[in-house]
Amino acid sequence: MSGQSTYVPKTSFGRWFDSRLPLMRFAHDTMLTFPTPRNLNFWYAFGAVLTVMLGIQIVTGIVLAMHYIPSGDGAFDSVENIMRDVNYGWLLRYMHSNGASMFFVAVYVHMFRGLYYGSYKAPREVLWILGVLIYLLMMATAFLGYTLPWGQMSFWGATVITNFFTAFDQIHKGLGTGIASWLWGGFGVSDATLNRFYSLHYLLPFIIAGVVGLHVWALHVPGNNNPLGIDVKGPQDTLPFHPYYTMKDAFYVALFLILYVGLVFYAPNLLGNPDNYIPANPIVTPTDIVPEWYLLPFYAMLRSIPQKLVGVIVLFGAILILAFIPWLDTSKVRSCRFRPMMKVFFWLFVVDCLVLGYCGAQSVDAAWNLGGISIGLVWVARIGTLYYFGFFFPLMPLLGLIETPKPLPASIATAVLAPAE
Amino acid sequence: MRIALGLGISFAILLGAASTVSAQTISRPAIPPKVTSFSSDGPFGHYDRGSLQRGFQVYKEVCSACHSLNRVAFHNLDEDGGPGFTEPQAKAIAASYKIPAPPNDKGDTLDANGNRLTQAGTLADHFPPPFANDNAARASNNGALPPDMSILVKARAGGAAYIYSICSGFHQPVPAGFKVLANKYYNPYFEGRNISMPPPITDNQVTYSDGTKATVDQECHDIATFLSWTAEPKMEERKHLGFEVMAFMLLLTGMLFLTYRKIWHDAH
Amino acid sequence: MANETSAEPTRRDFLYIATGAVGAVGVALTAWPFIDQMNPTGSVLAAATIEADISTVQPGQQVIFTWRSHPLFVRRRTPKEIAEARAVPLSELPDPVARNANLPDDAPATDENREFKPEWLVVVGVCTHLGCTPTVLEGDYGGWLCHCHGSQYDTAGRIRKGPAPQNLAVPTYAFLTPTRLKIG
Repeated sequence: MSGQSTYVPKTSFGRWFDSRLPLMRFAHDTMLTFPTPRNLNFWYAFGAVLTVMLGIQIVTGIVLAMHYIPSGDGAFDSVENIMRDVNYGWLLRYMHSNGASMFFVAVYVHMFRGLYYGSYKAPREVLWILGVLIYLLMMATAFLGYTLPWGQMSFWGATVITNFFTAFDQIHKGLGTGIASWLWGGFGVSDATLNRFYSLHYLLPFIIAGVVGLHVWALHVPGNNNPLGIDVKGPQDTLPFHPYYTMKDAFYVALFLILYVGLVFYAPNLLGNPDNYIPANPIVTPTDIVPEWYLLPFYAMLRSIPQKLVGVIVLFGAILILAFIPWLDTSKVRSCRFRPMMKVFFWLFVVDCLVLGYCGAQSVDAAWNLGGISIGLVWVARIGTLYYFGFFFPLMPLLGLIETPKPLPASIATAVLAPAE
Repeated sequence: MRIALGLGISFAILLGAASTVSAQTISRPAIPPKVTSFSSDGPFGHYDRGSLQRGFQVYKEVCSACHSLNRVAFHNLDEDGGPGFTEPQAKAIAASYKIPAPPNDKGDTLDANGNRLTQAGTLADHFPPPFANDNAARASNNGALPPDMSILVKARAGGAAYIYSICSGFHQPVPAGFKVLANKYYNPYFEGRNISMPPPITDNQVTYSDGTKATVDQECHDIATFLSWTAEPKMEERKHLGFEVMAFMLLLTGMLFLTYRKIWHDAH
Repeated sequence: MANETSAEPTRRDFLYIATGAVGAVGVALTAWPFIDQMNPTGSVLAAATIEADISTVQPGQQVIFTWRSHPLFVRRRTPKEIAEARAVPLSELPDPVARNANLPDDAPATDENREFKPEWLVVVGVCTHLGCTPTVLEGDYGGWLCHCHGSQYDTAGRIRKGPAPQNLAVPTYAFLTPTRLKIG
């Protein structure tokens, strides 16, 4: 991919095969000798964590599909059957449901890391956009998957989210309803909907895996960014991927898996909603509809906007704007380590996302009582939404122009091998 | 690191402030479930066999008049991590239930008097429901549907403590100005506080064969334990396996740490 | 960066191998739940025993029950059919073993060894060739004929002609009452 290949097959069969399909050479160059900046820290391990989580989700998902029945009558029962009757079914299902959550934990860390160290900046724009695409596909897959147990939250979550599209009726009469009923295959979420959601939920992870392949490819062309955000200047700045980063990543993956294992075995329903253990009932809506935690910030934004179409546009805009970051950021410097102002706004942005997530989890009419003054959470969410978009525009382009970055080190090697400040 | 810490603290403060959040709902909100403990709590928790068997007795003699237990099969009763009945005991329990029979040779499912044909239960059968269908259940209960009890503990926020609180939370003073609706009962642990279920349990409603005193409190605690098991029959297996997996992961992570450090030692 | 391998085993090599071994054990153990989930579940095993009411079966008739996902033939044989089955010398039988789960594995395939009561023959209705269901009262021997590949069984369910290698299997069963069977 980049640089000269140093692979020399050891056997005559290896040479024969290599001249016909250089598979081993490819693996050797991308996973063993690939020159990687020597200063990648903990936060860079989440790419490996995500790969492992995708693998776990696909394997547990395939196995669960052997027992799952995608029909309104059969879905809930088949999931309960997995939980109580299938050998280790409880384990496989808890691995899958909590795996989705841990997948999102990792992807958020991975994204914030990219944001902090400026990994989206040239020449890694395509790498970043592929990442945004993976994130979108992940959200779609998670949403479809959450529908499958056919509990109350499954049903009503699917109802609410598919109803987003009815907002397009305000653009052209019948357009939104038409899209929604096309998605449903009926007049509302029904058996037909469940069946197609199941089919798509099975399909999308493989598409994700494909885009992940492109994502990794796009990573291997310019090579890794690093916490200093400066380019690799020579061999003294890098280490071969194996054994240095294979072992480092393996250690951090294991650390992450301990968290995951703890959740699966000791708090498997912590992140779930009790209502989803009630079979779907199309005539009774639960009192508080709450999406899964990883969608809460966007849900808060949606609810904070009183106009239906604008709310839906804001929701989609919040994700789409991520794709434009490479061009919104005007700074010459990548890493926030050398960007004193950006650093502050970055951490504010992280807090903002947490606050939005918190708002999304509360009931619509919840309020904060601060010394006798009642502040509706909807207003907190509105300010949060404003900052979310304000961070990307106008803050991001503006900061690049007015900020004075700290001096950059001459090279990775000089910064790392010299005693740290 | 310092920033992350500050972030954590500010978020914690935020959450603290959140405890003062007051949702304005139309009906009177429920009070939190009673604080109680179960033997199944904690990472090493396991079900108390005696309590499970007593809870089963309460279900069989009291709750099953209105509440189904559709997802539990008789063979579950003698499985590991359950109430600990022996296989002959489970068989005897199964045989004491009348299960709706398949159509007979003439294609009938009803006898000459219009009653459902039944047969004795086997280990493969599930607990039969008290009503033929939801409509029949509503018709017999002033329009209210007694929920299936199989996964009730997992389907209610508060879990087993909630079941225990509802069961033992009747006969409390009704606050001034609160209206108990027709055919409803006051129970402060229930959302809206008007519950359709009459007080289900009285002292000594069942006679425990192990000599345990059958107070309302005891009976409710036992049924809550039993329903925890019906909701999560693999809990003991889960926690047991969890310990082994956790121990293994700690070992592996420790070894990976040493390997990683050893390798990186050369890089500097 | 002295990471070239030397001939001497080092502490690093030891750590490598030990960690790799522990990791491999972990992967192997993790595989088990993914394999075991395909095995029959508790409820399938609990349904492995059935009871069958045979009070309405007339002589010369066969009823079919479903047992462990397969047809189970219960045939009430006529005196003529019993006599025919008993007249066959063992030397004429392609499969000389009784294939009766209630008897030792090497019990000879006499008609007496194929049932508890001469009148009642209970066999699993799965052709021992490739698993098709044979049709009753067809073929040259008055027993069953399998239409898939032409295997023929006699009135004791023993293979007489065709590609099937074994007699129809007799399952574990017992008479609970003269008219009620417990199978499995």
